[in-house]
Amino acid sequence: MRTLPTGQTQLFIGLHLVHEVTTPQAFDDLRRRGWPVRFPERTFATVDHIVPTGSLARPFQDTMAEAMLAALERNCRDFGVPLYDHSTGRQGIVHVIGPELGLTQPGMTIACGDSHTSTHGAFGAVAFGIGTSQVRDVLASQCLAMEPLKVRRIRVEGALQRGVYAKDVILKIIQVLGVKGGVGYAYEYAGSAVDAMSMDERMTMCNMSIEGGARVGYVNPDETTFAYMEGRPFAPQGEAFDRAKGWWRSIASDADARYDDDVELRADTLSPVVTWGLHPGQSVGVDERVPTVGEVAAEDRPLVEEALQFMGFAPGQAIEGTPIDVAFVGSCTNSRLSDLREAARFVRGQKVAKSVRAMVVPGSQAVRAQAEAEGLHEVFIDAGFDWRGSGCSMCLGMNPDKLQGREISASSSNRNFKGRQGSPTGRTLLMSPAMVAAAAVAGQVVDIRKFEPAAIDASLVGGRA
Amino acid sequence: MSAVVRIARVEGRVIPLRGLDIDTDRIIPARFLRVITFEGLEQHVFEDDIASRAEKGDPHPFAQERYAGARILVVNRNFGCGSSREHAPQALQRWGIAAVVGESFSEIFFGNSIAIGLPCVTASADDLEWLQARAEADPTATATLDLTTTTLQAGDRRIAVSAPASAIEAFVTGAWDATGLLLEDAAAVKATAARLPYVSGF
Ligand code: SF4
Repeated sequence: MRTLPTGQTQLFIGLHLVHEVTTPQAFDDLRRRGWPVRFPERTFATVDHIVPTGSLARPFQDTMAEAMLAALERNCRDFGVPLYDHSTGRQGIVHVIGPELGLTQPGMTIACGDSHTSTHGAFGAVAFGIGTSQVRDVLASQCLAMEPLKVRRIRVEGALQRGVYAKDVILKIIQVLGVKGGVGYAYEYAGSAVDAMSMDERMTMCNMSIEGGARVGYVNPDETTFAYMEGRPFAPQGEAFDRAKGWWRSIASDADARYDDDVELRADTLSPVVTWGLHPGQSVGVDERVPTVGEVAAEDRPLVEEALQFMGFAPGQAIEGTPIDVAFVGSCTNSRLSDLREAARFVRGQKVAKSVRAMVVPGSQAVRAQAEAEGLHEVFIDAGFDWRGSGCSMCLGMNPDKLQGREISASSSNRNFKGRQGSPTGRTLLMSPAMVAAAAVAGQVVDIRKFEPAAIDASLVGGRA
Repeated sequence: MSAVVRIARVEGRVIPLRGLDIDTDRIIPARFLRVITFEGLEQHVFEDDIASRAEKGDPHPFAQERYAGARILVVNRNFGCGSSREHAPQALQRWGIAAVVGESFSEIFFGNSIAIGLPCVTASADDLEWLQARAEADPTATATLDLTTTTLQAGDRRIAVSAPASAIEAFVTGAWDATGLLLEDAAAVKATAARLPYVSGF
């Protein structure tokens, strides 16, 4: 919009998404200064992080969760911001419902007080996470002061093998470029593998850009994007939709655009990826071994040593066959309908291993309803999975779904930091939802490319209940 | 609107915190985000790391009496990665930290810190190692960060530090509290919005 005296750019924010955790202090600030929300019609709220995924009876048993939701309800009412809570049927993880409702559109600038806002870049939007003071700025002015970003194009070429997903591609990218490799960059994903991906898969890629250090993930909008948008509640309708398509096409980056950096990854040789350590870059192919301290660069040694010790892995051991206690299918990375369908394929007619507590947490009320319409819930329930209400759940320890003690989980979420899943000593192995489902059945990490449910050791198999 | 606060110099004792990729879940674990104000967060800064290091008999710097009252935090690479929670710099600031020096910072952490008036500057790995060792040997030694000259004076050693020019400018002029600036030109914002097809309805 304009250059500020500090040299930064003043950027207009087209869509501001709000949730309960990072906004109460911002609304309070507005109240204190007597400012209204400048564009309430470009601001949308939901509740996801702290909601229980079981009983929603109010007041919540957890008094702090109750206070947070009550504060959001009051803030939305006082400032005229629409709130998609459970009563609307549109509640869900903020990064799941934005696209689902058609709020997220190509060419928009999107901000939200949550680092995984990068998800929305899958639509050709420029979307990034902000902190609470910036939430206040956007509420008050609908603008942000920003530094320009460099762009790194990551071309993923070739076809993914059966059993290998977008989740594996992005985990591999983070493994190769590092968890800080993207600092200062936006990551633009391109190449034949990305062209062939569904919107759900592109969202998974863009979602975890932040784990690679990039604040922004981006995919050029194309026919796949437009097909997804059509008919969504907040998408343009009828003739306006056709005009919108023309504009959306016009904002895509040109084939001969110049990038600050350009890297290529082959998709066809990828294996399913599993993290073994304490950040999302510490991962291996499921057919590989965790590292030994000696084989990594000297500066990485303290971290590798710490991670091996915390996780209880012997240096150089195989990751396949690692027993698990908990299986979690959910989070804004992998809780959309296609994720649930893919997980269900590995579960149908099977039983969750006796030693495993397994749960599926749909990303939104709408995903849950669609899955139930397809009968997916029965597949999961029959196998011994817990079929839960929508929310962030065990992605982070802010609601009743948590790891206990040193439990180790196979998780389709995005962060394996110490304490992330609610227990300071709990352990997390990140992988695709299909790999989580297979691990739940096998009771251990398995390679789904050769996963034959019938071949599993019979002693491990059996319903929990 | 509050008065303009210029931040050109930070002087004080140094607290060293070694380690790469220290994420915001470690600075302030997610369970302490279940709050509706930032007050009291300083009591939980690094809580899980403090507990796990206490078990190993290796007390965490934030739990050591000798660093109480320190104002300059010296870290290593990729500090503040992970979640966007402003609770992380808020907790550090409320604990008493007034400036952070490190090899690199995650972008959102950096942006959040600026927005609350907590300067983060970078220095070379060698200088950081030296600063950390110095603070470990002598926790009473002070240092002075001068943003106008982008230097950190510690004893006889004058260390070059850096930060994006816009961030330095923001601190030195007091423009780090950006809301006022952003609110200035309301008519232009309206005009921009009206030009955007997704606002006007295509
Ligand atoms: S699912 Fe996890 S990563 Fe996504 S918004 Fe919720 S807590 Fe954050």
